[in-house]
Amino acid sequence: MSTGETITVLNPMGFAPKVVDKPLAPRLSTLDGKTVYLVDCRFDDSDVFLKQVQAWFGEHLPSVHTVFKPISSVYLKDDPATWEEIKSKGDAAIVGVGH
Amino acid sequence: MTIEAQYGVPTVAMHTDKFDRVVRSVAAVNGMAELRQVFVPQPVMGKSARELRAYVDGRDPLTGRPVMQEVIEGLTIPFDGRGVGAVEYDRSTPRMVEPDTEENLHHLFMENRWTDYLPIVLPTEERVGAMLARTRRKPGEVVGRMRPTHFREAWEYTVEKVAVNAVMAGARPAYFPVILALAATGVSARGSTTSSMAAMAVVNGPIRNEIKMNAGTGAMAPYNHANATIGRAYGLLSQNLQGGSVPGLTYMGSQGNNYAYNSITFPENEERSPWEPFHVQHGFRATDSTVSVFSGCRATAYTLGLREKHWREHVRNMLRGMDPHIPPVLVLDPITARQFIDRGGFTKKDALIDWVYDNARMPAGEFWDYQLVQNYLYPRATFGEEPWATKLQAAPDEMIQMFKREDIHVVVVGGETNGYWRIMGATYAKTISVDDWR
Repeated sequence: MSTGETITVLNPMGFAPKVVDKPLAPRLSTLDGKTVYLVDCRFDDSDVFLKQVQAWFGEHLPSVHTVFKPISSVYLKDDPATWEEIKSKGDAAIVGVGH
Repeated sequence: MTIEAQYGVPTVAMHTDKFDRVVRSVAAVNGMAELRQVFVPQPVMGKSARELRAYVDGRDPLTGRPVMQEVIEGLTIPFDGRGVGAVEYDRSTPRMVEPDTEENLHHLFMENRWTDYLPIVLPTEERVGAMLARTRRKPGEVVGRMRPTHFREAWEYTVEKVAVNAVMAGARPAYFPVILALAATGVSARGSTTSSMAAMAVVNGPIRNEIKMNAGTGAMAPYNHANATIGRAYGLLSQNLQGGSVPGLTYMGSQGNNYAYNSITFPENEERSPWEPFHVQHGFRATDSTVSVFSGCRATAYTLGLREKHWREHVRNMLRGMDPHIPPVLVLDPITARQFIDRGGFTKKDALIDWVYDNARMPAGEFWDYQLVQNYLYPRATFGEEPWATKLQAAPDEMIQMFKREDIHVVVVGGETNGYWRIMGATYAKTISVDDWR
């Protein structure tokens, strides 16, 4: 039971790092004639899903060139080879599916 | 996030709607709050191509807007100026909580999700000071960093912060070096995986008896103060020092895991084990005190003893029941440990591990079709990582080994009231010296 007296206790939370805003890439003015990479994070049938996105582009925006690209390993690992390829050969990316 | 921020490629990330809060939060704490994200219904897993096409043609369940319209706009509509500069956010945590009555503070701790919803001991300066007195380490010394998932930022914590959580768990000051060592592993007992993980902590060496831990009857159950509160402290310190464990935000375990209340914390029964202790297997001396942590702990198989005629088949059946993505840890009562020697001649733990490695097999076709193998092992196999690349060459009906030999472990615990034993699906992370934290 509370006595009504106040006490002082310590905060149990750890220390968060400072968050620094990262610059986001400029958007494209149009997707016409551009290459969009569909990046498969290889998780829970994401490949099946992204191929449907690819089909959608083929039917609705055929001027957009799409490339289906699975990452090189599991999503837990960075994949600089794939990112370099997309940067050099692509204009934009759609990454999926985060569950 | 990497491709957008580091490589300058305009990107849209697509997720299922259950992950709304967590992915927005992860983007924000990585400094990319304006990252373009589009949502489709959960689940994607197991849906047919036709069903997934309906997702693509449909609407974002969170905004009600057409999915592909959001995708196109995400790649083409400029930002409104936010999220493109270099801004720092200072989120330092205050040392103290505002003074209040005990009743109100208990309510506050629960409302802030700083507890496991069982009663806690309020961390007054006096109680935290008593905890700090049991280590030579300074209160402000950094112990480590921890995070709930690979994608989140790691939070940092000091000796004092660990002591606060140890007090809350009801631990006695004498246990503090073990709790500090657990914190120093940097391995969270509150991992945010949809698979609902829990941790397991195995204590070895003289500290077990110094603080009167129980390695005998009921060791893995709520019958010993040190076992109970050290394990609880591991959970509380994990959730609070890593920045939270909140369902839908920093915890995504679909079913949850009751093992998480205590993180399956027990000492190995070195005195009754016929083999060398676990920490000695990992490079420590028998006189060293250590704690070893494992994660996973979702699947458990059990049986009684080893029958003379079919014990091999019975153990193989247990191993076949495990998901092959997570390796087996054999948790043996001393009676069963000796039976493994009597039946199989395994006079060393290593010999038993060799046998398990060779006998845990399944047809390659079945192995590669497991969802978690598809998610985590198949991609590595396709890009040449061994041993998975070689296993991928096997014919579908070829019996292949389910686990890597180095991932299989054996621990002895129990009071010999009978020869029950179990296999825990768990991944060994590391062994840390407790003596370093005295």
